[in-house]
Amino acid sequence: MIVSNTKQVINRLLSDSLRCSYQNKPDKIAVIEADESYTYSDLYLQSTQLAHRLIERGVIKGDRVAIFLDNSWQAIVSIYATMYAGGVFVVINPQTKAGKLQYILEDCESKVLITARKYKKVVSPAIKNNSFLNGIVIKNFEQGCFSTDIPCEAFDGSEQNTAEPNTPKKRAQLDLVRVIPTDLAALIYTSGSTGFPKGVMQTHQSMFFTAWSLIEYLRMDENDRIFLVLPIAFDYGLYQVLISVNLGATIILEQSFAYPAKIYTRIEETQPTVFPAVPTMYAHMIAAYQREPISFPSIKTITNTAAALHVDSVPWLHKIFPNALIFKMYGLTECKRVCYLEPELIDEKTSSVGKAIPGTETFLLSEDGKPVAANEPGILHVRGPHVMAGYWHQPERTEKMLIDGILPGEKVLCTHDIFKMDDEGYLYFVSRSDDIIKSKGEKVSPTEVENILLKLDAVLEAAVVGIADETSGQSIVAFIVQDEKNNLNSKKIRMHCSNNMESFMVPSFIIFIDEMPKSPNGKIDKKLLVTKAETANANRRS
Amino acid sequence: MSVINKIRKEILENYLFSEDESELNNDESFLEYGIIDSTGVLELIFFLEEEFSIEVKDREMIPENLDSVTNLVNYLKAKGIE
Repeated sequence: MIVSNTKQVINRLLSDSLRCSYQNKPDKIAVIEADESYTYSDLYLQSTQLAHRLIERGVIKGDRVAIFLDNSWQAIVSIYATMYAGGVFVVINPQTKAGKLQYILEDCESKVLITARKYKKVVSPAIKNNSFLNGIVIKNFEQGCFSTDIPCEAFDGSEQNTAEPNTPKKRAQLDLVRVIPTDLAALIYTSGSTGFPKGVMQTHQSMFFTAWSLIEYLRMDENDRIFLVLPIAFDYGLYQVLISVNLGATIILEQSFAYPAKIYTRIEETQPTVFPAVPTMYAHMIAAYQREPISFPSIKTITNTAAALHVDSVPWLHKIFPNALIFKMYGLTECKRVCYLEPELIDEKTSSVGKAIPGTETFLLSEDGKPVAANEPGILHVRGPHVMAGYWHQPERTEKMLIDGILPGEKVLCTHDIFKMDDEGYLYFVSRSDDIIKSKGEKVSPTEVENILLKLDAVLEAAVVGIADETSGQSIVAFIVQDEKNNLNSKKIRMHCSNNMESFMVPSFIIFIDEMPKSPNGKIDKKLLVTKAETANANRRS
Repeated sequence: MSVINKIRKEILENYLFSEDESELNNDESFLEYGIIDSTGVLELIFFLEEEFSIEVKDREMIPENLDSVTNLVNYLKAKGIE
């Protein structure tokens, strides 16, 4: 962010847009959380102030800063503060349990952790023996709240002296942090089929490009008010924040969809114009509408991703959101978003997820890398500035996803997902090539759940599959072969799961079997297990 | 068993998976402390409807009624269950 010799604000880094929005409209409301509103001036000044504190804690260009907070003002300040300090932000879902949090903090070698006192039960064990952390910045700090030798300090995002970081001297200090557009801005952790989450590396220029591509096709402007109930640890949630700040628009933060009635009231009170959600949330709203009509006329854009929106949902959504355009989209963290369907086509191309987002390309190739004919299945490839720089510290897995493109040195993303493209170029999802389960809009790695189940001594073998479910998309079923000497029951297993994994990963039901069905080469036959699980589920329901 | 104990038993057994009474503070927000998530709220509502033979209306599904042991007890009291 070099501003010394030019009157223009240069918009080059992801963080530059906050400065731009701050200079253009310092008094505009940037963030609304519960009864509090914060202006762009508040956001810029708090972020730069925290950036100075991060620098004092030893953060230098390229260092990772982990943010373990729910959707809150402090989380947004932390994201921009990290960028202003030259760091790479890593937002971690606050539902994460100690074991995985520890893994992520150590994997990304985070130098500072920004969190809240209320997470002490999870954070305290996760930071034991951590040799990378130089400091912990804590919301609602109390002396000794985390039992650790790592230096802790308070941060509430409402600190005084906010004028100070804006003095020329202080500003010059941040200008010395010479971040360039090809530097990393963020690591976004996503579940992987190996059972360990991988950090997707994204640069400033990539995220800056992507945010503007989304703004373009979603037809958004500075007057928009985005209602965010999706976690910002999820790239879909995170980009709502980036979009809002880039535009100088307003974002309304909610922590969870757990109490839909509260969300409905908040929508009426805050009059948002944009509502991003996942199919599970729409399913709840439709069910509520069917009991007692609800209507949100202020909303002019609703978006769906993470899992397919059921065709039958669309007419109901038109009733609930009478003035809204409905955007169906598809993406993966490795490039944020692949495609979207123009809302005018929603009734015509009912099962399509549309075309590539502006400024990018998609194409289908066969297994041996040849182009495929229209309406034939092929592997989806993605080309454009939105494609990740790779997985953090995982060159082999990066190589599997980023393959050589046509231009010298160019990398394109091989999604490994199977799609069809019709003769007009519209994409249709066919299947995933891995066994990742999509439940309640979250990616669940069966291997990760299986590994946790296997930690119970009495579990000899475990296999986890997903079966279709109306509300969650897929529900998770665990098959267990247990040691006969033990008497495990579903409850004990679910207890173990709840203590060791995020709640969306906990199997909905558990089936004990004597022996795992296996293929001749010894691999567990998951297809057969899916059939068994579906039958068991049907019997359970009837 | 009193209403409050029935509720505490349900939360401890089925959400916290614990027998340690000190794990559950009556005034702690279920959401804030990660005790219950969005799916859990629906399960909790099924429990209330079954255990106390009441109907929880959509508009009653708000944190003020459901998001802590104390709130639940007060909500049930207002519904005539003590």
